[in-house]
Amino acid sequence: MDANPHSENWPLWEVFIRARQGLDHKHAGSLYAADAQMAIENARDVYTRRNEGISIWVVESKNIHASNPSESESFYDPANDKVYRHPSFYHLPDELKNI
Amino acid sequence: MDLLSTYIVHQADNALILGHRNSEWTGHGPILEQDIAISNIALDLIGQARNFYQLAASRMNEMDPGRNVGEDDLAYLRDSNEFRNLILVEQTNGDWAKTVLRQFYFSTYQFLLYRELVNSSHPDIAAISEKSIKESRYHLNWSSEWVIRLGDGTEESHHRMLQAAQELSAWIAELFLAVDFDYEAEATHAGILPEILKAEWYQRINKIFETATLPKLSSELKPLQMLSGKNGVHSEHLGTLLTEMQFLQREYPGSHW
Amino acid sequence: MLPEQVIFDQKIEQEVRIEPKDWMPDEYRKMLIRQMSQHAHSEIVGMLPEGNWITRAPSLRRKATLIAKVQDEAGHGLYLYSATETLGITRDETIEQLHSGRAKYSSIFNYPTLTWADIGAIGWLVDGAAIMNQVPLCRASYGPYARAMIRICKEESFHQRQGFEILLTLSRGSEAQKAMCQDAINRWWWPSLMMFGPNDDASPNSVRSMQWKIKRFSNDELRQKFVDVCVDQVKTLNMHLPDPAIRWNKKTGHYDFGEINWEEFYEVLKGNGPCNRERLEARKKAHERGAWVREAASAHAAKKNNLTNSNIYGRQSA
Repeated sequence: MDANPHSENWPLWEVFIRARQGLDHKHAGSLYAADAQMAIENARDVYTRRNEGISIWVVESKNIHASNPSESESFYDPANDKVYRHPSFYHLPDELKNI
Repeated sequence: MDLLSTYIVHQADNALILGHRNSEWTGHGPILEQDIAISNIALDLIGQARNFYQLAASRMNEMDPGRNVGEDDLAYLRDSNEFRNLILVEQTNGDWAKTVLRQFYFSTYQFLLYRELVNSSHPDIAAISEKSIKESRYHLNWSSEWVIRLGDGTEESHHRMLQAAQELSAWIAELFLAVDFDYEAEATHAGILPEILKAEWYQRINKIFETATLPKLSSELKPLQMLSGKNGVHSEHLGTLLTEMQFLQREYPGSHW
Repeated sequence: MLPEQVIFDQKIEQEVRIEPKDWMPDEYRKMLIRQMSQHAHSEIVGMLPEGNWITRAPSLRRKATLIAKVQDEAGHGLYLYSATETLGITRDETIEQLHSGRAKYSSIFNYPTLTWADIGAIGWLVDGAAIMNQVPLCRASYGPYARAMIRICKEESFHQRQGFEILLTLSRGSEAQKAMCQDAINRWWWPSLMMFGPNDDASPNSVRSMQWKIKRFSNDELRQKFVDVCVDQVKTLNMHLPDPAIRWNKKTGHYDFGEINWEEFYEVLKGNGPCNRERLEARKKAHERGAWVREAASAHAAKKNNLTNSNIYGRQSA
């Protein structure tokens, strides 16, 4: 996006996540990072906060050449040890509906 | 509190206070992605603190059946002279350079410490360390990279890193100073004396500093006189931090949140 | 009509998603950019009122869950900025619009968080209202928006439950805590109703938005649904909603409720809410203070690239 090395503008990266062994990498979204290592760490923080041990690919958006829009749905399962991210962690009275 | 419980609480205090400091960046980071990154580190540290506090609490309750303390009693109802964290972690955030350098110093130390504690004779200390070392390694990598980026980035970032190194230099010596609970833990192999981490700590710091074009750290740094966080004698920052953190529990004693 | 227009209209009609490289009317693109970027800004600004209580959270568990929640909001902002960029505008450009006041964010975040109970009220009411708005957006006609919303909705239910549980704990606590709980509900109820926007007959954007299936339900429909649900839930708290006009209407099968103070709504929207200035200042400050950090990281990355390039070509780097 911007070739000036001293600008504040970081390149945009597209993120691909493989949620489980046996699956393909799927497009999860994009993020800004100054370099590839940061992009991978950011992808881990943003797109896999609820899971670990999955595979992440990052590609600078400018390096993607597209013909047609591609499917980019991505699902993941919450990790076991960060239990407070699960809705079921909260003890709410049974009679409470719609929450 | 017996000495081994104090050793465990010391680990918890380090993690809680640094986690608290890091969480002050939430919503104010230099870019959204880094806001998320540092919040993740804060969460990891608070998680570690909780594990250690819960362990200390259950140990204290076992040793004294009349007692019934929990993690929150330890975190919210002790005054600053009872906190045993390193003075390094209670330092204010300053700018991003100071924050990443503080993290780099602490995570290098914590990673090396956990590497020893996974072999602790105390199974719970070993278990918590085993769980936490992965997080610590991640924090170490993250902060190393930032030290390099800022040290070898622009003139301004380089200058800010020098400034940060200057500000934090007073708190390094304490990392390797043993106090009473260290000796107790080491005697039973539940823990180690921190001085055994010193050589490798300096080696790792200086290796990254070299890549970051920052001047080497001297290993002859002396601890500041009259201050010892591990003995409960802190800098002025901890009192202010605890006032904020503990306010609700103090204002509404005995309440459930 | 041009063939692209026909294809576009058919896709809308048949619930086939519009993707970034598809032809779309200029007005559709503009409308999406406005809605999506403002949604993103709302998430980011929304971090501030709750972030305000992170350092004072009264237990370790609450501390951890609050940090996680606020962090989620950062992530949601990120998903939405990311989706907006597919429409040909950069995040920096949208942020410039926010900082200059040209772009808006949800007015609810211009209200102050004065007590710990406010954190509970925000989770229950503000996130509750947001969920009601957001679930239909999972079927928005624009693919990247719908997908971002699906991800967001998955994470949102944890937020609302966390908030409600905070209030529930207070409602079962001391007299001081009960009073704190009711006070927070009193201050956050009406602004939460305002989150659904003006009445349908005062909302011109909505018509087009619904034709293009960006918006699925009207403001009043969603607001009514929200009232019905909350009247029920507040009973569990043994608290009351600050509206004496709430009454079950047998004919409509819904709860009637009182008139919203539209003057407050428009004033806050204009910039005269309690915290408008502070919220924007905080975001501008973070951005400005972060400039040297972003520059440094770029500079370092460029140095590394030059080194790599010179290795490939066998030249010394400059």
